[in-house]
Amino acid sequence: MATQAHHSTTRRDFIFVATGAVAGVGAAATVWPLINQLNPDASTLALASIEFDISAIPEGQSVTIMWRGLPVFVRHRTQAEIDEAKAVPLADLKDPETDEQRTKEGHEQWLIMIANCTHLGCVPVGESGDFDGWFCPCHGSHYDSAGRIRKGPAPKNLVLPPYEFLSDTLVQIG
Amino acid sequence: MSEHSTYTPGNAVEKWLDDRLPIIRFSKEHLMDFPTPKNLNYWWTFGAILVMCLVIQIVTGVILAMHYTPHVSMAFDSVEHIRRDINGGRMIQSFHAVGASMFFAAVYIHIFRGMYFGSYKAPREILWILGVLIFLLMMATAFMGYVLPWGQMSGWAATVITNIFAAIPVIGNPLLELLRGGFSVGNPTLNRFFSLHYLLPFIIAAIVVLHIWALHVPGNNNPVGVDVKDTKRDTLPFHPYYTMKDAFGMVLFLIPFAWFAFFAPDILGHPDNYIEFNAQVTPAHIVPEWYFLPFYAILRAIDFNILFIDSKLGGVIFFGGSILILFFLPWLDTSKVRSGNFRPMFKWFYWLFVVNFVALTYLGAAPAEGIYVVLAKICTAYYFIHFLVILPLLGRIETPRPLPTSISESVLGKAH
Ligand code: HEM
Ligand code: FES
Repeated sequence: MATQAHHSTTRRDFIFVATGAVAGVGAAATVWPLINQLNPDASTLALASIEFDISAIPEGQSVTIMWRGLPVFVRHRTQAEIDEAKAVPLADLKDPETDEQRTKEGHEQWLIMIANCTHLGCVPVGESGDFDGWFCPCHGSHYDSAGRIRKGPAPKNLVLPPYEFLSDTLVQIG
Repeated sequence: MSEHSTYTPGNAVEKWLDDRLPIIRFSKEHLMDFPTPKNLNYWWTFGAILVMCLVIQIVTGVILAMHYTPHVSMAFDSVEHIRRDINGGRMIQSFHAVGASMFFAAVYIHIFRGMYFGSYKAPREILWILGVLIFLLMMATAFMGYVLPWGQMSGWAATVITNIFAAIPVIGNPLLELLRGGFSVGNPTLNRFFSLHYLLPFIIAAIVVLHIWALHVPGNNNPVGVDVKDTKRDTLPFHPYYTMKDAFGMVLFLIPFAWFAFFAPDILGHPDNYIEFNAQVTPAHIVPEWYFLPFYAILRAIDFNILFIDSKLGGVIFFGGSILILFFLPWLDTSKVRSGNFRPMFKWFYWLFVVNFVALTYLGAAPAEGIYVVLAKICTAYYFIHFLVILPLLGRIETPRPLPTSISESVLGKAH
């Protein structure tokens, strides 16, 4: 037995384990590109940033524009909507964020959000729902006038894309 | 069950072939002589009907693929082109689209047949598990097929269903982009769905072969659920007795099939899918195809957080769980008696489960508001209670009715 135990940890075993390890790494290295090809390609990634002129949107109206294939709401809020959003106590919110965190300082009237419901991605309908914001018809999520989730299955507020005001009328998204 | 082979090669060519590739022997054993319980009723014809459905989908699908263009700017028009310009294209397309619905109708009957007659119980667990796997692959195939015409329902179904994966913690978002090939559903998504929609039916066909293999080891279950004891008295050869019965079942099944395909090809679909996909506007009322509704109702029912699990992930867990739980059915049902005919309590709960399932189907299509939301929660809870509480308990507390001593006795009555 003792000699057998001695024999069982030989160079042959080392070669066996080493070969297995190399084969495993090799297999993983072969499979990865076969999966990675599914990821967004260079032409998709190239659409990363856009500029948009907001001056044509009158108060109380919104437009939907496209950024990286995603719809984006640009809403020119009324004073009543802004006041309503500011008046909500944070404790009432499922995903607590203040109105200030949802907008850019000095541009509170502009709400710019990715237009896909944070539940399963439908585009909510504007100026509807129980909270004077958006209502998602797919499974009944209600968003308020700051795009925050108030009721329904969606877990999060509507997502804000990275954006900045280049001037009072020009925004860059992305 | 090779001992039942009575094959002797009829001539020198057959003999030569039999020594090299015994395919005639194999076919004779499994497609003709296979001993089959003599009491099978029409619910047992659905297996053959399902094979027919798969063949119809593959034949019509391969033809559609000859004329279809998987590109976001052309897909919608190419399906209209198939329906309007291709010779006979209108019928081939409607047989494929209606065929998907008929396929699911048949598979639901087939599954509920198995549930009533306890066909999932030992020694048929693997057979059942392969069946659930086929059901899962059918859902994936039908979902990706539905995306191909690139209408409003197609695009939004793709958006909503791929989004389910985003609920997975940490890897959710990278996984979503990987699945879609972009930040949203677009041309890369359509292309890969077409490729997989072509592939999966052939994988299904391969698993069907395993499914039938697993069937031919223990042989068929039957309406009284007792094992075959005496092959002579309890069984009949598959051909001609069941080839004929199955053929008759197929013909009956083809009547509503043809009615839909010829007279109402769009009645099972949604008018919104005749509007090309628009990523900026979701139709006011999006609903999946009818065959997904019960599971969709479960997905929507979870609109509240459960401890640290948010509502979205919760919905996905229940949605996935409602299908995966089927894999465990052979072990959740603790009763040794197979057929529901001999289980006085199970019978009631079985039908209650069926009613609950139909209710979920209805609720999946109802708007997510008011009383519907409450009902969907109750029905979802009951769905899981049936599997996790009722079935395990029933096996312990129920007294089954006496079983017939043999299949033959149950058919011919006790010998006097
Ligand atoms: C498991 C079997 C299959 C199922 C359940 C299935 C299901 C579906 C469904 C639901 C549609 C959408 C029909 C519509 O709403 O108009 C579709 C479309 C399509 N399928 Fe299949 N399919 C199957 C097999 C195949 C196969 C084997 C092919 C061959 C490549 C194929 C090719 C196509 C094509 C080209 C379309 C787009 C044209 C159209 O929309 O009618 N399918 N399929
Ligand atoms: S996608 Fe908006 S509520 Fe489900």
